Amino acid sequence: MSTVQRNMSLTGEPPKTINTQQKLASAIGLIGLAVLFLALFNINFPNKTLWLTASLIAIGGGTVWFSIAAYGNKHEGIKNDGVYFKSLTSKGFWAWVLGITLTLYYVVLYWFPQYLGLVQDGENKGLVALFDPLSKFLNGGPASQWFVYGTLYTVAILAFGIKFILKYRHNKYEKLRTYSVMFFQLGFAFLIPELMQRLNSDSFSLPYYDLKNIWPLNYYNFEQYRVDQFISAGDIGLALLIFGIASIFIITPILTYKYGKRWYCSWVCGCGGLAETAGDPFRHLSDKRQIAWKVERWVIHSVLVFVVLMTTAVVHSYLGDDSSKYWLTKVVFLISVAVILTAVFAGTFIFKREELQKDARYGAIGYFVIIISLIGFHYFSGKTLFLFEAETLRQSYGFLIGAVFSGVIGVGFYPIFGSRVWCRFGCPMAAILGFQQRLFSRFRITTNGGQCISCGNCSTYCEMGIDVRAYAQKGENIVRSSCVGCGICSAVCPRGVLKLENGPLEKRIDSNEILLGNDVDLMKYVNN
Amino acid sequence: MEHIVIIGNGIAGVTAARHIRKLSDKKITIISAEANHFFSRTALMYVYMGHMRWRDIEPYEHWFWEKNRLELKKAYVETVDTNNKTLYFKGGGILTYDKLIIASGSVTNTFGWEGLDLNGVQGLVTKQDLEKIEKNAPNNKECPRAVIVGGGLIGVEMAEMLRTRDIEVTMLVREDGFWSNVLPKQDAEMISRHIVSHGVDLRHNSELDKILDDGSGNVRSVLTKDGEEIPCSVVGITTGVKPQISFLQHSKIETDKGILVNRKLETNIEDVYAIGDCAQQREPIGNRPPVEAVWYTGRMMGEALAQTICGKPFEYNPGNWFNSAKFFDIEYQAYGWVFSESKRKDYEAQFHWKCASDLRCVTISYNKNSNEFLGINTFGIRMKHEVFDKWLNEKRSVDYVIENLKQANFDPEFYRKYEKVIQSKFFNQPVNA
Repeated sequence: MSTVQRNMSLTGEPPKTINTQQKLASAIGLIGLAVLFLALFNINFPNKTLWLTASLIAIGGGTVWFSIAAYGNKHEGIKNDGVYFKSLTSKGFWAWVLGITLTLYYVVLYWFPQYLGLVQDGENKGLVALFDPLSKFLNGGPASQWFVYGTLYTVAILAFGIKFILKYRHNKYEKLRTYSVMFFQLGFAFLIPELMQRLNSDSFSLPYYDLKNIWPLNYYNFEQYRVDQFISAGDIGLALLIFGIASIFIITPILTYKYGKRWYCSWVCGCGGLAETAGDPFRHLSDKRQIAWKVERWVIHSVLVFVVLMTTAVVHSYLGDDSSKYWLTKVVFLISVAVILTAVFAGTFIFKREELQKDARYGAIGYFVIIISLIGFHYFSGKTLFLFEAETLRQSYGFLIGAVFSGVIGVGFYPIFGSRVWCRFGCPMAAILGFQQRLFSRFRITTNGGQCISCGNCSTYCEMGIDVRAYAQKGENIVRSSCVGCGICSAVCPRGVLKLENGPLEKRIDSNEILLGNDVDLMKYVNN
Repeated sequence: MEHIVIIGNGIAGVTAARHIRKLSDKKITIISAEANHFFSRTALMYVYMGHMRWRDIEPYEHWFWEKNRLELKKAYVETVDTNNKTLYFKGGGILTYDKLIIASGSVTNTFGWEGLDLNGVQGLVTKQDLEKIEKNAPNNKECPRAVIVGGGLIGVEMAEMLRTRDIEVTMLVREDGFWSNVLPKQDAEMISRHIVSHGVDLRHNSELDKILDDGSGNVRSVLTKDGEEIPCSVVGITTGVKPQISFLQHSKIETDKGILVNRKLETNIEDVYAIGDCAQQREPIGNRPPVEAVWYTGRMMGEALAQTICGKPFEYNPGNWFNSAKFFDIEYQAYGWVFSESKRKDYEAQFHWKCASDLRCVTISYNKNSNEFLGINTFGIRMKHEVFDKWLNEKRSVDYVIENLKQANFDPEFYRKYEKVIQSKFFNQPVNA
């Protein structure tokens, strides 16, 4: 009963089984994948356009048909029957098969693109070559491993997005949110940057820029080659550069204040988009233990510190010393960074001190001292900022965080650790947004008086591993940095207890007028 | 150090324990024969349905108990000797207490039908019942059909559970609508239609006569009072619950249906208290039945008693009645009293609105003489506990409530709103004095 089933068979008992239509749909999807697989092993398809189209349609169409067969003839409502009985969704055999396959795929993608058929100078081969026609159609050039990845990523978000919409078709919040991530992935992450490349010529060149991909998630946005490209591309380039800076310093704080981090994490972001669509069947696998929360707080904020150090070092490395040539010199830049960090640190400690846990205070002070002293250290002495060469920092970050954490662990381990491992433990963007959400935002999840029955659906299906029930059963609002506002806790609640809301800051966290249904005078004692 | 012993680790007992710990340093022992740790009884169904694992329906991690110095003892209390303040366990062992809290909960209520002892006959109240249904109805080959006797909250849960494994379900309901001894007729009928739409063979006005065996101690079929024989391998008995007090038979603790308590939840014996499903109020409180087998009331009694035990004597004084449930896909919330036909008061009038989808409806009851708002049943639309609690305390008129219904809405963002159609139906309705 409480043991996890490890049944390999697809023809198990209801609700483990899938119906005939779903089997046919799976077969079509797998045939589509098989075409890609054959291309990977250098089967040379004669008409690449045709075969690629057929393959992508089979993958997408198979997924959509599967979903229609799964949900179409059922009532609107929560569809979690048998989640813990199915091998794929309960860390059984198929979960490991999928996890290992995805992990291998990421390893090849990041470090061995030649096995995918990438040829640096010359005609592509294998899988990458299969995507050449589509790449030429969109951006005019041959495909790269990243083009293959981007295309498949987009197909996954679109196809599994439709699945998610069918699954939650009774819930308008979920539907709108999913339309939104599908739109941003297809338009902003895929089509616009690809088409923008068509504008590039010998005299004019813009870097590949997914406009919704904001620093520090887009940790390379301010690297020298990109900034050079932006600046040399005239007004458009400058506008994009300014947009990149405004995104993090102006747009993000305003939207996060009004709506919480969900406006980004579960409405716009591509990582979140994949987690919410293709990753949805694995959302319950996130670790709910308190220890996991403690680890999460240290790891994600360490990544944030790392990215701040790395970016500062990188920008610092290419700035000049002579203020007569350009106003932004190394020194001006370092002072600005120190001023911004000090302002954030001081502001938090002056206005929100009582809301910080002990470990958050220690952590904040520790990191603040480290960053400022490293900057000071440089200012008075050394050449290499932060003890390491900027290039070393950049490469280590790109390898450890950009590739291993966000790709290999973040997506490869979906079927084992759940769909939001990267977002929860690693994403520095989520750390910034979460910091603001916890302290300066109107967003909260409200609980409905005393109606909670402690059933645990909310905690179980929280992809961020938040123990939602712990708050709900006490009648407390939920205000947590990590909450991405996916709304599933509210959807799965059988008693209508949870609601995502934007409201005034007063009494957002600690409402002492908690109503659990008991005698009002008694509750005054209970709450004190 | 005073030793508080609590029999039962359900919501009532555990709430009492938690609050006593918050207020004091007393030694606390919680005894249960059912499960090692507190779990959400209302979530048993989700384990069978595969939505959650057992550990997911336990609200506290295992370190919680030791950290809060709540001692757990897995044992079955066989007798309570109040003279010597001693508990005797089945299979030996004793425990002495200074104060005893009995929170032993409920057992399945039956009506003495023939065949109750056959394999395959069960209720759905305890962890053991969950283990039983997993064994009795693992799939639709072992159990092609089940018959559920009784149309109440547990009955519909059991039907939903079995349907997730494609097991045919026949429900025998004595009344002419689902749960119609509690729900007004139109509400009951909508839920009945919804249950049927999930493939349940719902038989109204139908009662169990006896359960027949297959010759080897298993269920073969049930016989209804109309004389129809329905073959099945599982019989779910869901005709309500009753207090679990059989272990008190030979004690001096006074019982009736449940353990008799006063408003301070004290029994007739000093230092012995009873809370939750097993307690019976000597004088019913307001419209509440003397035995309240509801999650929320168990929790409230636990909160109240903890104060009394810790030196601030408090009466159990529940606020306005509220409750909730989910019938397959339709959520239900109730605030205040909306009575069924059989229990309706002379002064009570009801306003009913139903959505064309047949998945949402609202029934509002009010005093036909004073127009005072008395309560609301809402199906498929989430509404705020806090707002209705306030309106009930303020004795608002039904017109005020309906005019301001929007304030009470608790549906997720972007959901369609129904206040306007409800208002237009109410204010255009013919006045029937």
